[in-house]
Amino acid sequence: MDAQSILFLIFSGVLLLAALRVVTARNPVHAVLFLVLAFFSAAALWILLRAEFLAIALVLVYVGAVMVLFLFVVMMLDINIDKLRQGFWRNAPWGFGVAALIVLQMWLVLSQPQWQGLTQAGPGIANADNTRALGMLTFTEYVFPLQIAGVILLVAIIAAIGLTLRGRKDSKSQDPSRQIQARAQDRVRLVSMPTEDRARQNKLP
Amino acid sequence: MVSLSWYLGVGALLFAISVVGIFLNRKNLIVLLMAIELMLLAVNINFVAFSHYLGDYHGQVFVFFILTVAAAESAIGLAILVVLFRNLSTIDVQELDMLKG
Repeated sequence: MDAQSILFLIFSGVLLLAALRVVTARNPVHAVLFLVLAFFSAAALWILLRAEFLAIALVLVYVGAVMVLFLFVVMMLDINIDKLRQGFWRNAPWGFGVAALIVLQMWLVLSQPQWQGLTQAGPGIANADNTRALGMLTFTEYVFPLQIAGVILLVAIIAAIGLTLRGRKDSKSQDPSRQIQARAQDRVRLVSMPTEDRARQNKLP
Repeated sequence: MVSLSWYLGVGALLFAISVVGIFLNRKNLIVLLMAIELMLLAVNINFVAFSHYLGDYHGQVFVFFILTVAAAESAIGLAILVVLFRNLSTIDVQELDMLKG
């Protein structure tokens, strides 16, 4: 057994155990941290597959941004875990049944000899510069989908801000409609008063 | 040597684990979102493995776009979750019955 197989077994074992803890952890914060571990192990597997750019993107984008967002939200919410854990194992037999069915179906497909025989990297992968190859594809053939991906991210930003933004009641802000509708007689009241003589009286003596 | 079927097996097991997670945590919306992230990760592992062994970079470009869409999805999902908790003080999926359909 060569080094690559041993590394594969270690990282995939850690990945599967971490995934199992994600779905069974009692505390959601622990679940998020195990999800971080799962993403790190998957990134290591991708480096074994010579997809360095995607592995680093997974760590930067997922562990660095999305998981931190999850952690913020989990820590912001005050959740009653006991209530959410009621009947936790009630649907477990169904879940394990469906999971066993999925694994069985995949095994039926994967036990075909055509997948077993593929042990070498495909042509053009072995000695290629992964990031350069991805960039060449992304900015030529996939340039239009890349723009659409950017638009999707923009939509996500606007949707997330628009959903969660709430104006404070005591914040000082301008209302242009009311500013335009302001009239002089609403603001200034002219009062006619008799003049007073006290100033002159004080000076006289 | 590690063959393609090993990676596909890891992907299938990961997908099955996240399906179990959706069945177990059917009340907790946060863990449901995390189970969906795990499913997308399993799909991405399959994409990268096929891309490596068949020598085709298009699979990795596809993973790139899946990562983008998944990030957008989780951002909007968490925003909805925060608004939900602000209005209902719970994230129990079974109490989301305000829409009478």
